[in-house]
Amino acid sequence: MAEVQNNPILKYFRASKLPHIWCPGCGHGILMGALVRAIDKVGLDQDRTVIVSGIGCSSRAPGYLNFDTLHTTHGRALAFATGIKLARPELKVIVLGGDGDIAAIGGNHLIHACRRNIDLLLICFNNSIYGMTSGQYSPMTPTGRLATTAPYGNIDRPFDLCQLAAAAGATYVGRATSYHVTLLIELIAKGLKHKGFAFIDALSQCPTYYGRRNKLGPSVKMMEWFKEVCIPVGAAKKMTPEQLRDKIVIGEMVNTPDVPEYTEEYEKVKARAKEMSAG
Amino acid sequence: MVKTGKGILMQGNEACAEGAIACGMRFFAGYPITPSTEIAELCALRLPQEGGVFIQMEDELSSMAAVVGASLAGAKAMTATSGPGFSLKQENIGFACMAEVPCVVVNVQRVGPSTGMPTSPAQGDVMQVRWGTHGDHPMIALCPWSVQETYNIVIRCFNIAETLRTPVILLMDEIVGHLREKVVLPDPSTLTIVSRRKPQKSSLPYLPYKPVYGDVPAIADYGDGFRFHVTGLSHDYTGFPTNDANVAAEEIKRLHRKVQAARNEITFVHKYRLEDAEIAVFAYGGVARSAMEAVMRAREQGIRAGLFRPITIWPFPEEEVRQSLGALKAVVVAELNLGQMRLEVERCLGKGIEVIGLNRVGGQIITPDDILETLRGVK
Repeated sequence: MAEVQNNPILKYFRASKLPHIWCPGCGHGILMGALVRAIDKVGLDQDRTVIVSGIGCSSRAPGYLNFDTLHTTHGRALAFATGIKLARPELKVIVLGGDGDIAAIGGNHLIHACRRNIDLLLICFNNSIYGMTSGQYSPMTPTGRLATTAPYGNIDRPFDLCQLAAAAGATYVGRATSYHVTLLIELIAKGLKHKGFAFIDALSQCPTYYGRRNKLGPSVKMMEWFKEVCIPVGAAKKMTPEQLRDKIVIGEMVNTPDVPEYTEEYEKVKARAKEMSAG
Repeated sequence: MVKTGKGILMQGNEACAEGAIACGMRFFAGYPITPSTEIAELCALRLPQEGGVFIQMEDELSSMAAVVGASLAGAKAMTATSGPGFSLKQENIGFACMAEVPCVVVNVQRVGPSTGMPTSPAQGDVMQVRWGTHGDHPMIALCPWSVQETYNIVIRCFNIAETLRTPVILLMDEIVGHLREKVVLPDPSTLTIVSRRKPQKSSLPYLPYKPVYGDVPAIADYGDGFRFHVTGLSHDYTGFPTNDANVAAEEIKRLHRKVQAARNEITFVHKYRLEDAEIAVFAYGGVARSAMEAVMRAREQGIRAGLFRPITIWPFPEEEVRQSLGALKAVVVAELNLGQMRLEVERCLGKGIEVIGLNRVGGQIITPDDILETLRGVK
């Protein structure tokens, strides 16, 4: 017990709100743990950090975290976060959401936040399914998998969210999984320190609504699958597309620190406006 | 910078932006849409001069979301749109009601449904303003009839939003939005400007949603060290979700109570020659300009007519309507829709009084002649 009480990450949780609502075996608790460990590593001020989410299983995470927190409407977390960051650029703003939230209903906000290169960190808790509504296919459900709304197999093709974010202009992009926790903490920490839009695709397992229906579970087996199919980005560069089929590339994909950041650019707009109106 | 203290020519949309800036609006997020675009354009020009922020978002949904986010971070925030965009904003207008986030939403009405007639006036959104977002929520909407009044009223909208912690709709129409006329802007130092009340730091646990000022809570701004939670889910005083039926019901009722309790402070009506009137025109926004002219001409012709012009259209000024129009022979409700406010007038006045709808859709205005003819036709 003493070890638990002395755990340095406890202060980042609202202890009275635990235990969380996630199902046994869900990967989201691991991802949330990685986030607070990264926050601790970077040393963020808890009074100057806002955590924003949308709607879905993962979007319940801010409720457990001891910061200013905002649980918004489905898909819109990035847009609310953009308002917060622009109104008070001195605040650190972190956005969490699931793959339905970020890649489907919030897809437009994702690409435009990437394009602006506004200083936000977005972590997509990507478990390939709509968990909160109990198992409908998302834009991240692989083709052929089963879901309550794809009873004959999913015919949609999933995004590669990292490629999408990079193409849209995100200046820090990385991917890790609930199995590769050390990498995940490192990527989140670097994303937090990055000045600009940072995107982390954090793969998670949903044994209840995805694993069970597709006979992939239990949870440990799903995490072992992450271990088997993930290829570090460096190794992947030496592989052929054929060899990379059905593999998942993890690691840091994009890190371009010198791109102008949106709120800093807006400060220049203010200076120009004042100068021009005075002259 | 705009000149104060002497007459200048100004457009309604410009007056909306300048009034908002004068009372401290420092964040505007919007999306281009006719006939409201000039408000965004002027904010893009003027806000950075004043140290504020303008952003053109990727869509109407996100511009409303950004406004709510900015307000939670302490900024007086506004967005402006027209019917099609107003439909899209409903989602996060509801969030602002539920999470009690002050903000002002401008709707410069055009002809609908759907894309309708982008450059032509209408008043078809008056019921959407009231009921557009889902669930039982209160709504406050003010409706100016001139450029000068737009300037004054947008300031009142902000004062109400900040006092009651709720979104307020400034419901304009294309007539007023695109009208250019003379205005005299007051010296900013003479304006009454209200800002939200902030919580005091104390040793007790902070309860952001506990009502402190009547039924209005004192919610902190993000970054002020209170570490609190905001959600669109039904929540208790702590701000965290609840499934307790009694707590959820009480919260919804409190949202209504805080608006009802402020009724006298937020209800504005303009009455003209109703003291001895036999018939009255009920009109608002751009149409009320024609109504005023019609009433003056009717009086010249010996018809004892008057004008009742609600500036606050939601909450509907029930008492004022009953008091001013309850003993008349007939009321002509003139509006650029097929009779939306007429339903409210009929509901308030009951069966004893003839309520005549003068309605037009399709983009043509209602002229003074139209209204005069209707007044002359009252038996």
